[in-house]
Amino acid sequence: MLLDIKNIDVLYDDFQVIWDVSINVNKGEMVALLGPNGSGKSTILNTVSNLVHHKNGSIHFNNTLISDVPTHKRTELGISHVLERRRVFPHLTVMQNLSLGAWHPKAKEQLSNSLSKIYKIFPKLEVRSNQLARTMSGGEQQMLAIARGMMGLPKLLMVDEPFLGLSPMVMKDLIKIFKNIVSEGISILFVEQNVRLALSMADRGYVLESGRLVIDGKSNDLIDNKKVTKVFLGN
Amino acid sequence: MTSEIILQAIVTGLMMGLIYALIAAGLSLIFGLMEIVNFAHGEHLMLSMFSSFWLWSLFGLDPIFSIPITILLMAFCGVITHYFLIRYILKAKMLIQICATFGLSIFIRSIAQLLWTPDFRNVDKPLLEGRLEIGSVFIGQPQLVASLVCLVAFIGLYLFVTKTETGLALQATAQDRHAAEILGIPSNKMFAIGWAIGLGCVGVAGGMMANYFFIFTDVGINFALFAFVAVALGGFGSIIGCLYAGIIIGLVESLGGLLIDPSFKLLYVFAIYLLVVIYRPQGLFGRY
Ligand SMILES: Nc1ncnc2c1ncn2[C@@H]1O[C@H](COP(=O)(O)OP(=O)(O)OP(=O)(O)O)[C@@H](O)[C@H]1O
Ligand SMILES: [Mg+2]
Repeated sequence: MLLDIKNIDVLYDDFQVIWDVSINVNKGEMVALLGPNGSGKSTILNTVSNLVHHKNGSIHFNNTLISDVPTHKRTELGISHVLERRRVFPHLTVMQNLSLGAWHPKAKEQLSNSLSKIYKIFPKLEVRSNQLARTMSGGEQQMLAIARGMMGLPKLLMVDEPFLGLSPMVMKDLIKIFKNIVSEGISILFVEQNVRLALSMADRGYVLESGRLVIDGKSNDLIDNKKVTKVFLGN
Repeated sequence: MTSEIILQAIVTGLMMGLIYALIAAGLSLIFGLMEIVNFAHGEHLMLSMFSSFWLWSLFGLDPIFSIPITILLMAFCGVITHYFLIRYILKAKMLIQICATFGLSIFIRSIAQLLWTPDFRNVDKPLLEGRLEIGSVFIGQPQLVASLVCLVAFIGLYLFVTKTETGLALQATAQDRHAAEILGIPSNKMFAIGWAIGLGCVGVAGGMMANYFFIFTDVGINFALFAFVAVALGGFGSIIGCLYAGIIIGLVESLGGLLIDPSFKLLYVFAIYLLVVIYRPQGLFGRY
């Protein structure tokens, strides 16, 4: 098991938003984290990055307890996190954004390798490599954010709402890209609101509601599950 | 009034402006990085002048030679300022942050007065003395060297921030701290580096000015005011803006003094500041 989140609670100040959640991701697996707005999806990814601390429970990565590892030391372990709403560095160029993605020594060593690989996957980024990130379109920025995450040579790529605001064509490209990434043995844990889309591409899914896990399982088992529909559509 | 006098004022203003620019760049770098205004910037300048003075007075080191030591001392001072004060107030409310650095300024000045009394001091017979006469314009040698050194330091700072890996990481941290942290860039280390460089800039300016300026515990106050104006004028967080703003302020100060009345120098500079705040609140090169 690559990522193993066990029974965590998360509080913002005194306000609990995650209750006793357990999630795991295996090597080379694509896992979807589903749930309506405010159900705590981003909070869980942020906890795995230690931007938010968890109470109780534990988080293991590669069989090592990482609950106390500071955020900036986690990329080195193999965790890349593409934050909600892209968060590229607006006043830096595409190329500068990408090279900052390869910060830890191992990734730096591979910088030119990774770059040529990334440019093959996202040809547009090569064409625009000297453009300021803030002048890129929303979809291009999303590609940049994902590419920047890949530059850290992750074993686990966490992506928060990758498809938000993408046109159907670009969305299709991105799905293909994700499938390729996974086929290389990298795991993906992604957050998505569109249940059908998410379950059509993921191996497994977890459904959150108000900070609690409602149901999880293989995509095929979830896709027409009544419980899942109820979470998203109400009664 | 002859054109020679005006030319003289322009040269004087330019030289002063380059020094203002470097002081402001230090302030701007720190602000851009963590949105904290260093209200003790003037006191840090004062410390760097005293560093140069004491190295001369106790060890006979001329300011020209002690400048690397002064820079290192100030950089170290920046790191400990971050470590013992700033890192505790990063998430605090703005008012608390203001009180913290403003409190620091009073603290430093009081200690300095206690230790060194408010007397005026100066470095006697520094190596850099006298003035050049070019055409009809007189240029003080220490002033000229100080402004050139500040310009070189400024260019170095600019290249460092825009071209080196650490510089890019500083910019990334300034633009989105969490996004940078998640890539592996430790913000706390970046903040410490920012303070070291920010006060290092002040170290260059103060160390060079020790050659020809009176050194006393309140010497930094006006410089800090000008630096604040320069940062606002250049655009918060923009380093290159500081260069233009510093030069504008230097010129306004010296030409205003010449053409109107030298006793109102501060007034001219603040008039410019008000104009900017009213018509271009983001400053000349500001992003916000
Ligand atoms: N920094 C914060 N401080 C306090 N409460 C927060 C904070 N961030 C999130 N919350 C709360 O935690 C809960 C879960 O938020 P989270 O952002 O994880 O939801 P989400 O499932 O990602 O929602 P969305 O689909 O809208 O992105 C929400 O009730 C939110 O208000
Ligand atoms: Mg979210």
